[in-house]
Amino acid sequence: MLPGSKNSPGKGDQERLAAKSENLRLRARLIHAIRHFFVDHGYLEIETPHLIPAPAPEVHIDAVKVGHVFLHTSPELCMKRLLSAGYPKIFQICKCFREGERGKKHLSEFTLLEWYRAGFDYMALMDECEEMVLSVSRDLGFGQSILYQQGYINLEGPWERISVEEAFDRYSSLSMKKALKKGCFDEVMVEEIEPHLGISKPVFLYDYPASFAALAKLKEEAPDFAERFEIYMGGLELANAFSELTDAGEQKTRFETDRRERERLGKSVYPFPKRFLEALSDMPSSAGIALGVDRLAMIFADAKKIDDVVSFAPEEL
Amino acid sequence: MYNASNLKKGLKILLENEPYVIIDFQFSKPGKGQALYRCKLRNMINGAIVDRTYRSVDTFEKADLRERKMQYLYNQDNEYCFMDVENYEQPMLSSEQVGDAKHYLIDGLEVDILLFGDMPIGITLPNFVNLTVTQADPWAKGDSVSGDSKPITLETGYVLRVPPFIEEGTKITVDTRTGEYVTRVKE
Repeated sequence: MLPGSKNSPGKGDQERLAAKSENLRLRARLIHAIRHFFVDHGYLEIETPHLIPAPAPEVHIDAVKVGHVFLHTSPELCMKRLLSAGYPKIFQICKCFREGERGKKHLSEFTLLEWYRAGFDYMALMDECEEMVLSVSRDLGFGQSILYQQGYINLEGPWERISVEEAFDRYSSLSMKKALKKGCFDEVMVEEIEPHLGISKPVFLYDYPASFAALAKLKEEAPDFAERFEIYMGGLELANAFSELTDAGEQKTRFETDRRERERLGKSVYPFPKRFLEALSDMPSSAGIALGVDRLAMIFADAKKIDDVVSFAPEEL
Repeated sequence: MYNASNLKKGLKILLENEPYVIIDFQFSKPGKGQALYRCKLRNMINGAIVDRTYRSVDTFEKADLRERKMQYLYNQDNEYCFMDVENYEQPMLSSEQVGDAKHYLIDGLEVDILLFGDMPIGITLPNFVNLTVTQADPWAKGDSVSGDSKPITLETGYVLRVPPFIEEGTKITVDTRTGEYVTRVKE
């Protein structure tokens, strides 16, 4: 049978792909607009390898193994080595891979935007996020107010800034301290807090407990908290950011703790990212952020599922 | 044994020694946090619906469920009796368990009975069942008021709408999934 003939088995696939045309065009324009913003603001676009020998040993992020190496789960470690080598403003848009992440808002292979800026802390980065998203929205012809899932989100800054502790007090049945003690921080976050975040205005959820710091710097005046924030829009988690930890000794200790935790949970333990740690002591104080491009595309396309903004979901291959 | 990454809509698992089917499933993962598997489950015995959130380390037992071919025998005191066509065992289902299937149960009808261990908990009908019309108003030729259909009663007491030419004593085929008339059975 000829491809495209009326009863060919490929017909359903062609219809499915054709129905995505508007979203795929929007996605392409979105990526173009993001690039435009960063180039315009003096950032250097860089590319780092997808295949790496040693992913960051984060407890809950699993890398896909390919032969003796891994697909990167984010370009963070290589980008920070560039920062250490004197590249003060860099960005990257790339595919990242995380084992076992699949759902309405998750793809195991997804697109991440990461950018780093020397001399910034997380608060300064918040301002830049507001500016970037609003600029991209205008570029796409949406203006400052966009419709997402039956509600309007006003992108004009300043966005709402709410600490994690406040969010627990405001939206959940127990305090952050109690949730940490009971070991249900993640459950409460997903079930009780996230659905309320960023409904009429994007939200910066900031100051995570130190045990959730990952690669973030701790607050000098309150070391129980990390200088970390996440952006939420329409209840969707969009980005994760830090004032970056530059203390190589402290980072090494955290990696060792996380590796032991991975081992305890029966997860694979990666080789130690030695070169990254060596470079870290030369890294200037900086802020960095990873933003889910597919999720941002979902918001502009008013899409309910991440599948709606990519050409092929894994099940469709 | 299943683990959390096996969870999906339609999977049947054992919770507190009762069989549940997952009717809604969502994968969540907050920020740098752990993967959470959020499920809505229906108890397959009493129909109760519960919400549960699981983590990657959780494991689940498979519910011991099997289907057996059985014949419908009779109904007494709101209980429906069936007979296993192979081992002649005669389990009973309550009228709640039988539900709308009662509209189609005639002597000797072969159905699938779902067993949890030895306990009957559900029934699956054939998609099409032939039933006799026991009450129907005669068809007045040229009667345009009654329109395209009229109500009739079947031997099981089930009332449905059929084309006006269907008469008392006729056998018709009904789609048990929709409860609608399909065709007149040619004798």
